[in-house]
Amino acid sequence: MKSSIMVRVKQKQIAQLVSIGKRLDGRGLSDYREVQLEVGVVGRAEGSARVRLGKTEVMVGTKIELGEPFLDVPDQGVLTVNAELVPLASPTFEPGPPDENSIELARIVDRGIRESKAIALEELCVEPGKKVFVIFVDVYVLNHDGNLIDASALAALAALLNTKMFNYEVKEGQIEVKPGYTPLPIKNYPIAVTFAKIDDKLIADPWLEEEQVMDARITITTDKDGEICAVQKGGYGSFTTQQITEAAKIAKEKGEELRKLVVKG
Amino acid sequence: MSQKKPEKLIDENDVRLDGRGLNELRPIKIDVGVLGNADGSAYIEHGKNKILAAVYGPKEAHPKHLAIPDRALLRCRYHMAPFSVEERKSPAPSRREIELSKVITESLESAVFVDYYPRTSIDTFIEVLQADGGTRCAAITVASLALADAGIPMRGLVAACAAGKVEGRLVLDLTDLEDKGGEADLPLAWVPNLNTIALLQMDGSLTIDEFEKVVNMALEGCKQIHALQKETLKAKYVTVKEEAEE
Repeated sequence: MKSSIMVRVKQKQIAQLVSIGKRLDGRGLSDYREVQLEVGVVGRAEGSARVRLGKTEVMVGTKIELGEPFLDVPDQGVLTVNAELVPLASPTFEPGPPDENSIELARIVDRGIRESKAIALEELCVEPGKKVFVIFVDVYVLNHDGNLIDASALAALAALLNTKMFNYEVKEGQIEVKPGYTPLPIKNYPIAVTFAKIDDKLIADPWLEEEQVMDARITITTDKDGEICAVQKGGYGSFTTQQITEAAKIAKEKGEELRKLVVKG
Repeated sequence: MSQKKPEKLIDENDVRLDGRGLNELRPIKIDVGVLGNADGSAYIEHGKNKILAAVYGPKEAHPKHLAIPDRALLRCRYHMAPFSVEERKSPAPSRREIELSKVITESLESAVFVDYYPRTSIDTFIEVLQADGGTRCAAITVASLALADAGIPMRGLVAACAAGKVEGRLVLDLTDLEDKGGEADLPLAWVPNLNTIALLQMDGSLTIDEFEKVVNMALEGCKQIHALQKETLKAKYVTVKEEAEE
């Protein structure tokens, strides 16, 4: 982020507020913005979801195709996560191949799903070493107002839970499609919780103005058992050990709250 | 040429495949000022990892629109040689390399006084010649030395080291096999002079308790690496001084 006078003015204001436990939009330091979730928003996709986190808006669609497995895991399906920061979402997004920000976003979402073993990839093998199902998770950012990571991870999980696979039977190495659908085998529910560090304080779910002035951010993804399955620090600043362990504890609590929004019952 | 996967990575006496104990680092060898053209350079052998880093700058930023009015643009490129891994890696930057370049840049920037050189760029190039797990950490360790060798003013060196969980035990400095066969890997970079954490990533599965322990374990590793970094720099510049006095 290029530093400008406006950002510096805001930085002072935001930092002063944060030091007395307040934020510009009236939230407490570990409060999230309102989360709205819709699933099945794109009929053509095998699964889809749209998450609104305040004004941040992310849509995720999943597609399933047949493909080849990776050499080192010949009997497992393949998960591919991609993120597009489409130009309509922010004046700072430009058309073109994925830049480091969208690659990092996709890889953080990917890591949460993969490391928590959210998808039972071993159930997605058709013929070991030859044919497996490839699950494409495409993150589409529609409006950028900060904390794309948590919104994207939430939408990705919701879209996976919404994904339907066609029924099939394998006859002589050929796949025969049968009527009806079954849900994708989802075994875990990873939730990413991101904090920004401003003036040595941690604030959850930073919105755009806070992201512009933050020193650093940290994302901690927890699974359904409250174990940590992925961590990513970002930004040019650094954290103390105490801040990191504090973030891990809040991430677990917030993760439980957010998980209830996506996983019903 | 494929490594056979051993049955056990750690034996019943807590001895690892390469003979190390649970909280022991691999042997590390560091050298600074190894390249002629670069303004600063360094080389590290961390276990089987072999990594070169070179720094060019501060110099005029190119392309010009990237120049930042009140500070230097610190750029870092992490790249793996095609022959550095078991199966040939395409020389084109992969998504992993792009992500690592980003997090490495961010971790180094917390230690560099970038506001001393407005409108310039400081470019750090990291080439992994041979990889065996923990390359991003070794890359940060060696890149911060190359920056120091280039005379870039810094708040301090950055030392990095990973820790994780393998076969139920918490271990320091994972090799590639341990990373792939283990339960969790947590790379961490530390700025000793500020006592802050400049890079932290994790994948796998750890309870909050284990997470805290692994972070502290990695910090202990960083402390040992930092001592080596200081030694290397001192040794180099003491010789330079002696030569100058002769």
